[in-house]
Amino acid sequence: MNNDKKINKRVLGNMRNPFGMDRRDFMKRIGTGLVVAFSVGNTPLKAGMLAQDDTPGVNAFLRIGEDGRVKVYVGKIEMGQGPITSLPMEVADELDVRLEDVDMIMADTDLCPWNEGTYGSLSTRVFGEVLRGAAAKARAILVKMAAEELSLGVTELETRDGIVRSKKDSSKKITYAQLTKGKEILETSVGDVALKKTSEFRIMGTSKLRVDSREKVTGEALYAGDIQIPNMLCARILRPPSLGSKLLNVDTTQAELMEGVEVVRDGDLVAVLHPSQHIAGKAIAKVTAEWEEEKVDINQDTLFDHILEVATESRTLASEGKLEQGKEAAVKNINSTFLDPYIAHSPIETHTATAMMEDGRMKVWASCQTPYPTRDGIAEELGMDQKDVQLLPIFVGGGFGGKIYNPQAIEVARLVKLTSKPIQLVYTREEEFIYDRLRPAAVVKIDAGLDEAGKISYWDFAVHQGGGREAVHFYDIPNSRTRTLSAPRGAMGHPFYTGAWRAPSVNTNTFARESQMDILAAAAGVDPVEFRLRHLEHDPRMANVVKTGAERFGWTPAKGPSGRGHGFAVGIDVGTYVVVFVEVEVDKNTGYVQVKRAVCCQDMGMVVNPQGAILQMEGCILMGLGYALREEIQFESRKMLSTNFDSYAITQFNMAPEIDVFIVDSKDEVPYGGGEPPIVVMGGAVANAVFDATGARVFRQPLTPERVKEAMG
Amino acid sequence: MKTVQFELNGKSVSVSANEDEPMLWVIRQQLGLTGTKFGCGSGFCGSCTVIMNGEAVRSCTLPAIEAAGTKVLTIEGLSSNGELHPLQEEFVKSDALQCGFCTPGMIMNAYGLLLKNPEPTNEEVVIAMDENLCRCGAHGRIIQAIQNAGKQMKKSVAP
Repeated sequence: MNNDKKINKRVLGNMRNPFGMDRRDFMKRIGTGLVVAFSVGNTPLKAGMLAQDDTPGVNAFLRIGEDGRVKVYVGKIEMGQGPITSLPMEVADELDVRLEDVDMIMADTDLCPWNEGTYGSLSTRVFGEVLRGAAAKARAILVKMAAEELSLGVTELETRDGIVRSKKDSSKKITYAQLTKGKEILETSVGDVALKKTSEFRIMGTSKLRVDSREKVTGEALYAGDIQIPNMLCARILRPPSLGSKLLNVDTTQAELMEGVEVVRDGDLVAVLHPSQHIAGKAIAKVTAEWEEEKVDINQDTLFDHILEVATESRTLASEGKLEQGKEAAVKNINSTFLDPYIAHSPIETHTATAMMEDGRMKVWASCQTPYPTRDGIAEELGMDQKDVQLLPIFVGGGFGGKIYNPQAIEVARLVKLTSKPIQLVYTREEEFIYDRLRPAAVVKIDAGLDEAGKISYWDFAVHQGGGREAVHFYDIPNSRTRTLSAPRGAMGHPFYTGAWRAPSVNTNTFARESQMDILAAAAGVDPVEFRLRHLEHDPRMANVVKTGAERFGWTPAKGPSGRGHGFAVGIDVGTYVVVFVEVEVDKNTGYVQVKRAVCCQDMGMVVNPQGAILQMEGCILMGLGYALREEIQFESRKMLSTNFDSYAITQFNMAPEIDVFIVDSKDEVPYGGGEPPIVVMGGAVANAVFDATGARVFRQPLTPERVKEAMG
Repeated sequence: MKTVQFELNGKSVSVSANEDEPMLWVIRQQLGLTGTKFGCGSGFCGSCTVIMNGEAVRSCTLPAIEAAGTKVLTIEGLSSNGELHPLQEEFVKSDALQCGFCTPGMIMNAYGLLLKNPEPTNEEVVIAMDENLCRCGAHGRIIQAIQNAGKQMKKSVAP
């Protein structure tokens, strides 16, 4: 074919070299064929994260090899939320290959380009769109190559199942594999090829079961602690009795006397090593140490006073009209204070990492949502070159934001560097609690009033120490203000590490807002659905979600408390509009709340894998019942008293309600977030249903039997 | 150290274990079967569940020496010749998992239930599974998968 040369080899165009290596090395590493690389650009949730030292050039690429298989190299990880199933659907559809011909290579830091991390519902919402662009670009290139091969015009060709063929004469065809054989083409995608319209989708929008289930039900799926390396040692690390403690002295003599136990000491890092996890555990118990503890006079009950005292720095997020005018117009004022405790991520897999040195390079398998920042953190800690640290692909046993932070990976790498031996570190459940980046405890104060017509005349919202995401209301209120109040720099805002807990800040702010809306509705003597709709006249999308959910639930109008135990809450999370209606039964003697039924309706824009979206919705409802009803970190000073599942209870089977989830059809929209939405409304929905059942309003989460009973009086 | 012999997934094995060494680490480290997971170390979460003489047990709190002379089944022994057990099959069909970390323990605990009660009611499944923890929130699907598997198992042994 004399046209071969035209499109045989191409070099990187308008992007930075993905690995700082030349094209030949790059192709050698991942294999020949057609490679399309792409950049996500600046993503919206970057604040507070470790960023690469300069703008990322390439975020992922896909390769069509000589065997016709499509390999997609992405920095995303699979922790149950489903990109291993949904991302290939996007590629296969845009590229017109069979779904089973797409392989995912996820978060091997040697092979996959840099990625900030897997969190914030970014994978489909931001990343997927660009991935589709790359697949569309690859398809366009293949069609062009085929046109040359078949001596036909590009418009005379169509693609299906990895084949380019003539629209008129299907015998004139060539496979993607034939087209890419022996080629070394490296292209970039900058969103320059049109994506398929929704009506053209063959795979996207259809429901697919998870592709990783078989491995997971047979026990073959590998997690960080399942990596077994010859001569590997298990590590246990000496931990302080409470956070902020200073190590005064340590005696490791007894541990050293144990057969086969190795003690490692490097500054404040004191560890014991043994081939057996069990013996390592016994050895660490024999290490005695004296600590100077930092004492603060605070526990889970006094913490809210502390928060109000320390949160003095005010920032106004939004303001509309004049509060004073609204107050003058008000005939009823309702001033409420809502309290949220610390809660833990509690994935069933604790933070775990296994590492070894090989040919002067550090190889790490870590239960981690942020392989690249973690790799960079290890390199920095050990004074190694980033290129000499590799994080390898591994399943993650639940993250929920807690595995954005990975002290275990740094610790294990330090131990490997010190000993030159392969080492595994599995956090105990107690360590998992102590070093978790908890959902921050918070106080939300809302002062609001109703005018004579029963409409909200003003709304003054202040969240203390909880963060501002989705703090700003979306209702029609003429006079309002939304503020965050935070501890000034240098003050101890929280006695524990805090961080991003599934939909950070949104659970706290939504619980407060939706409880207050319900209180106002009752004060106005209006059915709470009707009350919401009266304040959503400008927002048909949200009004539609509320109406659709109410219909699906079988809501009949009544002012609260109706005694039926029906309640709901609405919210927004990463662009998705969501409502959950619940029916509860409250034991009047004990205050125990049983959620019998939950109906969720959400408008999340275009959905790649409806089945995957439904799994996330159901998961959010069930996980959300945990924080609504029972999750609360117990502590005294900076000492964690919640250390295992006996002292920190999460959702169990006996709490599982009958669940009905429903996605509003808006497939011509862009995709919004799918990993979090229903969880944000669970607290408000349950509190409102408890009020509807009993007339008792509970202002403090979780709604434990004691609190419900106390509120019932 | 004591030598402990037992049957693991149909094969006789012999290990040496300390008096208080939990079965979990013997299975994972000495016998190299990593499907059985460590979740809490205190018997609260159930991700370490295995079957011993037909009973679901928490391997993280079970001293390995107590397994002497018993028949032990782990998740690796449930499928045969690459063919999934009906429980595994139904977990796949129902998408009864997300991160998958609790899954082996869920399946083994459910297996223990179905051995005794092949057609459990919803309530019986809830009672039997209540102390196996799932953080991703697959509870409803797990209950469904277990009930479906019970029916499948009954069918396959029916004349």
